[in-house]
Amino acid sequence: MNTLNSKIPDGSIENKWTRYKSTVRLVNPSNKRRIEVLVIGSGLAGASAAASLAELGYNVKCFCFQDSPRRAHSIAAQGGINAAKNYSNDGDSVYRLFYDTVKGGDFRSREANVYRLAEVSANIIDQCVAQGVPFAREYGGLLDNRSFGGVQVSRTFYARGQTGQQLLLGAYSALSRQIAKGQVKMYNRHEMQELVIVDGKASGIITRNLVTGELERFSGHSVVLATGGYGNVFYLSTNAMGSNTTAIWKAYRKGAFFANPCYTQIHPTCIPVSGDYQSKLTLMSESLRNDGRVWVPKAQHDKRKPREIPDQERDYYLERKYPAYGNLVPRDVASRAAKQVCDEGRGVGPSGLAVYLDFRDAIQRLGRHVISERYGNLFEMYEKITGEDPYQTPMRIYPAVHYTMGGLWVDYNLMTTIPGLYALGECNFSDHGANRLGASALMQGLADGYFIIPYTIGAYLADDIRVQVTPTDHPAFQEAENSVRGRIDKLMNVKGSQPVEELHKKLGKILWEYCGMARNEQGLNKALAEIKLLKEEFWKEVKIPGGTNEFNPELDKAGRVADFIELGELMVLDALHRKESCGCHFREESQTAEGEAKRDDNTFSYVAAWEFKGDGSEPALNKEALEFEVVHLAQRSYK
Amino acid sequence: MSETINLKLKVWRQKNTSAKGRFEIYDMPGVSTHMSFLEMMDVLNDKLIRGGQEPVAFDHDCREGICGMCSMFINGRAHGPLRGTTACQLHMRHFQDGETITIEPWRANAFPVIRDLVVDRSAFDKIIQAGGFVSVNTGNAPDANSIPVEKHKAEESFDAAACIGCGACVASCKNSSAMLFLSAKVSQLALLPQGDPERKVRVLKMVQAHDEAGFGSCTNIGACEAKCPKNISIAHIARLNKEYLRASLARD
Ligand SMILES: Cc1cc2nc3c(=O)[nH]c(=O)nc-3n(C[C@H](O)[C@H](O)[C@H](O)COP(=O)(O)OP(=O)(O)OC[C@H]3O[C@@H](n4cnc5c(N)ncnc54)[C@H](O)[C@@H]3O)c2cc1C
Ligand code: SF4
Ligand code: FES
Repeated sequence: MNTLNSKIPDGSIENKWTRYKSTVRLVNPSNKRRIEVLVIGSGLAGASAAASLAELGYNVKCFCFQDSPRRAHSIAAQGGINAAKNYSNDGDSVYRLFYDTVKGGDFRSREANVYRLAEVSANIIDQCVAQGVPFAREYGGLLDNRSFGGVQVSRTFYARGQTGQQLLLGAYSALSRQIAKGQVKMYNRHEMQELVIVDGKASGIITRNLVTGELERFSGHSVVLATGGYGNVFYLSTNAMGSNTTAIWKAYRKGAFFANPCYTQIHPTCIPVSGDYQSKLTLMSESLRNDGRVWVPKAQHDKRKPREIPDQERDYYLERKYPAYGNLVPRDVASRAAKQVCDEGRGVGPSGLAVYLDFRDAIQRLGRHVISERYGNLFEMYEKITGEDPYQTPMRIYPAVHYTMGGLWVDYNLMTTIPGLYALGECNFSDHGANRLGASALMQGLADGYFIIPYTIGAYLADDIRVQVTPTDHPAFQEAENSVRGRIDKLMNVKGSQPVEELHKKLGKILWEYCGMARNEQGLNKALAEIKLLKEEFWKEVKIPGGTNEFNPELDKAGRVADFIELGELMVLDALHRKESCGCHFREESQTAEGEAKRDDNTFSYVAAWEFKGDGSEPALNKEALEFEVVHLAQRSYK
Repeated sequence: MSETINLKLKVWRQKNTSAKGRFEIYDMPGVSTHMSFLEMMDVLNDKLIRGGQEPVAFDHDCREGICGMCSMFINGRAHGPLRGTTACQLHMRHFQDGETITIEPWRANAFPVIRDLVVDRSAFDKIIQAGGFVSVNTGNAPDANSIPVEKHKAEESFDAAACIGCGACVASCKNSSAMLFLSAKVSQLALLPQGDPERKVRVLKMVQAHDEAGFGSCTNIGACEAKCPKNISIAHIARLNKEYLRASLARD
């Protein structure tokens, strides 16, 4: 077994990052001009990294698969971004944000990284405001804050319901400025298809131009992946349609370890599935649980209209089970409770896979205008999609896949196990443990890109200043390009009978059923067997119209789904081996008498980092032991 | 309302930028009224693929009205019949049984067709690159609360910043002007103290980039505002004109 060195600096937790910054090796400005960095992704993490590295003088090439960097999936984030500013004067501090994040992650994250995240969080807000991000303000002209799931302070900054959009447009503007200066070269509609390794170091990538189909080679001193989460492995999720695992999966196959693949966050308040044609799920902000009450009928298969069901025949199950937190329990707890009542046959709506989120009492108490002021745009969005008016009839909601805490394993420098290959944002595993708290993904993406990678990449590149980038006619590039071409040809030549979407849906069903909100050994074994069969089916049955050298979205999707299938297998293996419950990973075998998640710290207090061992071989499990020196391990309780 | 409707789709098909395009007609029986417009397109594509034909290419990603990727001209209107709604947020309950729906790409010289309904909108990126930013390097920012911003100005700035860069304004304008898009960015930054130092150069450079990209000039028709899915107001164009005038005078 490989020993993982997380390279955590010495010193007390408060001093680690400060000391690191003042002792890390630097690249002098004239040498930065000779260095090429490839940044894959232009979401919050990628755009902020590309812009900041370019400002420092590095030559950057940045890639995204959409038609503009401004469209990365980060644009869809609604609620807000956390920062330990303590503007609300309610006792917030770097320590508190750190503590809440470690606890929220159910003690499965690395303390030193989380502390650093909390430390730089305040700078993010400063930077974004300076860029012209129009955050919400109070009448005095200062920034407004709100509170968000599972914490006791108001530390969330927001821009109406479009925080992600405004933050991304800020990062995009910084990126655009560097593009205009020629310091960043931007490649839109380019998808990374392979990583090139020379002498054990990440040295370049192969991309496919999605307009012309052309394969292109790019060489760099370092490769930074910021390609987002892989929630779409479940087919249905709140992620954008194009979100995928391809870049990190290729890196995994080339030797980067994949950490905690099974940690998936399932968000409790999404609009339920309405039919087979459903292509994605829409999130309804968590903030609705502040005023909405969640219930199902007490009786099974009660087909009456919600308003016809009298109060005494309703089960406000969250209030009943968790009197202290009520409707505001954390995401994982709320999701599991919804699944439970639906499994009991008490779910509502045509599919029986939904629960009510009811504003009747809040409207009576506060008046319609107050509710409309607070949630007007969400109610409108709900009505647009469902055609129902939530002022008149309760919303129907159901949990949906939302975020992936797992990702490439990285050390304190955000470097993967491949030298020179970094992973930032949702595509790494670093900060959220087994469950992410609301409003902290935006924080992490921007922390990684603006404030961490600009320092940590220097430690690696300082050695590289005399080395020219690898010429793109190097055999390693040739070989990588050949393998990409070979795979594309293989996909095109299957000429089966099933469209990609159909196979993707099948994968999603398997994972949702057996590796979703609740998991057990028997089900996971079944999933393993089914995914193996699905893989064979995919390579016999997939049908891709059109040609290779043209704009061909079906081919793009096919490549992504082929990778998702392999990833699905790894997720199930990971879920199978982790016999404890923790955060979003609920193993039915490991629960308390009251049916809550039960951790096993003696056995499982580690990061599971999987190592690719070749097709057809089991991947190897490597462990990074998690040590809690500052925060005391405790079982979470929300009763 | 009945749960399914029968439709005919008249869809623009074009193999690539240089190819000649044409309309094709497809029968779409039994469309669920709960589907979104793009899900209806998915169903069409599924049928086409199974029947050995090439699916209709269209841009999309978030499918919730925020990324600005979807871009369809539906029955002669950018994003279709509803106000303040992108194509991906449009649902089939707004169409009638037996209807023929015409679906075209954005049409503008600055937005060449890539394939079918997909166009190249990189000209928008060029406009932003010309000056749609505040020149502040990472790490140089003062404390976020050191400069208060009047609430109503911050709100107005936000109204402009809500633009999703979809291009419906250009597609709806008979001059193919991108003034609404451009003015939204100029306005957002002009309303904030952070944008003040570069106010003059910004507007001059962005207008120049707009004209060089091949967008037409604005003759105050207002079709852009009517079809903008984010209800960006043409009042921003008025502000842009003021900013431009002020900057031009200062330059001389
Ligand atoms: C509906 C929704 C609401 C959310 N709300 C919040 C919130 O309120 N607060 C919060 O903190 N978090 C929220 N999140 C989570 C948060 O938005 C994401 O975790 C975060 O934005 C991810 O950013 P990223 O930069 O890592 O990746 P992304 O924004 O996903 O960017 C990925 C980039 O990589 C590129 N890319 C991917 N693969 C390739 C490839 N193979 N080749 C080339 N380029 C590639 C893409 O083009 C894109 O540019 C929300 C998520 C969803 C789905
Ligand atoms: S101004 Fe409106 S129509 Fe034009 S790009 Fe922005 S959001 Fe789209
Ligand atoms: S697909 Fe994102 S706005 Fe329509």
